Amino acid sequence: MYRELILKKFKPSVENLLYILHDLQDNNPQKYVAPEDIRVSADYLNVPYSFVHSVAGFYTMFSLKPRGRNIIRLCESPPCHLMGSESLLEYLKGTLKINVGETTKDGMFTLELTSCLGICGVAPAMMLNEEMHGNLTPERVDDILNKRREEI
Amino acid sequence: MNLVRNHLLISIDAGTIMAGARAVEEALIKEIAKQGLSDEISVLETGNIGVTGQGVIIVIYPEGIYYANVTVDDIPQLVEEHLLKGRPLKKLILSEVPKQYIIKKEKTGLFKEQPRIVLKNSGIINPESIDEYIASGGYEAVAKAFTMKPEVVIEEVKHSGLVGRGGAGFLTGMKWDFARKAPGDPKYFICNADEGEPGTFKDRLILEGDPHKLIEGMIIGGYSVGANYGFVYIRGEYALSIERLEKAIAQAREYGLLGDNILECGFSFDINVMKGAGAYVCGEETALIESMEGKRGHPRYKPPFPVTEGFRGKPTVVNNVETLANVPEIIVHGALWFRGYGTEKSPGTKVFTIIGHVSTPGLIEAEMGTTLRDIIFEYAGGVKGGKRFKGALVGGAAGAFVGPDMLDVPMDFANLKEYAAVLGSGAILVMDEDTDIVGMLKSVLHFFKHESCGHCVPCRLGTAQLSKIIDRIAASKGTKEDVDTMLKISDVMRDTSFCPLGQSLYLPISSSLKYFKDEIMARVQ
Repeated sequence: MYRELILKKFKPSVENLLYILHDLQDNNPQKYVAPEDIRVSADYLNVPYSFVHSVAGFYTMFSLKPRGRNIIRLCESPPCHLMGSESLLEYLKGTLKINVGETTKDGMFTLELTSCLGICGVAPAMMLNEEMHGNLTPERVDDILNKRREEI
Repeated sequence: MNLVRNHLLISIDAGTIMAGARAVEEALIKEIAKQGLSDEISVLETGNIGVTGQGVIIVIYPEGIYYANVTVDDIPQLVEEHLLKGRPLKKLILSEVPKQYIIKKEKTGLFKEQPRIVLKNSGIINPESIDEYIASGGYEAVAKAFTMKPEVVIEEVKHSGLVGRGGAGFLTGMKWDFARKAPGDPKYFICNADEGEPGTFKDRLILEGDPHKLIEGMIIGGYSVGANYGFVYIRGEYALSIERLEKAIAQAREYGLLGDNILECGFSFDINVMKGAGAYVCGEETALIESMEGKRGHPRYKPPFPVTEGFRGKPTVVNNVETLANVPEIIVHGALWFRGYGTEKSPGTKVFTIIGHVSTPGLIEAEMGTTLRDIIFEYAGGVKGGKRFKGALVGGAAGAFVGPDMLDVPMDFANLKEYAAVLGSGAILVMDEDTDIVGMLKSVLHFFKHESCGHCVPCRLGTAQLSKIIDRIAASKGTKEDVDTMLKISDVMRDTSFCPLGQSLYLPISSSLKYFKDEIMARVQ
């Protein structure tokens, strides 16, 4: 039902596909582009299912796999690498007990890697959902994650 | 307008918001009210002030004192000491204010001393106020351009020698000329704000700090080429840039600077913002257009170039944010004035972001032809912790590693020759003596593996192979042949890849071998 409301916000032109996918994903409880999301978009825009699937699969901000409630995107580009993102990745994997691309058992966090976020002045950096976080250390990461856990 | 005793500028950008700038601002306004100073002190929001990684930044005028790492807890003391008692609060004063950050009010007209063209207003005016932009001379260029014939505007931009700041280094005036002469209707004017080159965030700072400048540049561009529709394609991660730009566009519409019959001069132009979804390759103009059409961001065959067949198959100009931010100043002051900055072959200034192992990371605007040494040592305070300078990665992942012998080469398109493409991004990542070059190269190659769009074989397979090889070398399991193979693969990719993404890996690989071969060879068997 909510999907129809989202679709109606946009003109049925394929040029709106990225917007539609952004919106559907944000509103999906599992924060991903589900097969049903792809189906309704394809029908609405009158394009093949495979076309929408291939577009959703192309862009890193879209996920075709269910994700946790919070998405961590750690930057692995050269500036963050230089300032120690590799050891942070190890730390995140250890503390969350998951690998890149996986979700914690309680469905709380999904760990992803991303290319440059454009806040290199405060490298190493990551995004937690829509928020940017920089000057990261293991202690700062703990604070950020704990705060998030408390908020829910 | 009230006469106020002090102006407080608080920098609100992605970096400072992260450090809690909104909460500090709120506390500051409350505290000033509590002390009964609301009529005497004005608090103004501005964009990036040129300092990053130093928490919340506040500047107090007329004294021109910079406070860094300000927290909510500091506010009562700051207000009491500085604003009530007139004593600067020493513990929060930014210790090393590099010289370009100090823009003394009385010197703002002297561009020769402080060459700020693109960042003229950034960190000075409130980016969310069109009135402040207009008060600083904004939209004067639009009014002036409308008194000139479109061809004359194009001639002026051509004469200025402005070249695209996106990387390819093409003459902006020429591009506009081609689009103007191309048959087809309607025509489109696109601003490429899909900034994704690692280490580059100049466009974000322009968008966050002075969005009206971009809008003004686009109106002039649209007028020149005869386009009535403008688009700004911004990467999806730049939430604040999108918010600020959309606000600025709404204000410009309200003031009749966008929409039908602008300034009653008979020209109509409007701008829409389009949000990307995370793909580095969309920085390539034809991939960007594909993405705008709702498809996978695969680059197109060229020719036809977008100036003849672009968005929706119509003549389209695609210009970078920084390029367009130069345009209003060129129109107001003239091509000759612009040529007074920079070098003969590369006039004007360049915005650099300087990061990594330096004392004061941040952004600067320097004349074309400024040396790397000046940028690193004069502006950014040199290598952090007094360590030795090992090298720098200039121009992001698609850039080049440079050693100490490049420190004194003037940075402009002509002098950098084969390195010229790296100038566009303006990213300078400084590495101190302890940096592991193999690790850096690994990070660069992983980046390309992740970002290859998979459209052409050399890039899709090449990036995967290079990634495997560098992993082997990093694990000290590589061989001498591996190093040769790496160079060979990237050389083939340079010759055969479909778009600049695959073609650009040769540069970081060959330059790392040029400067740091011994170190790399020491890691292989």
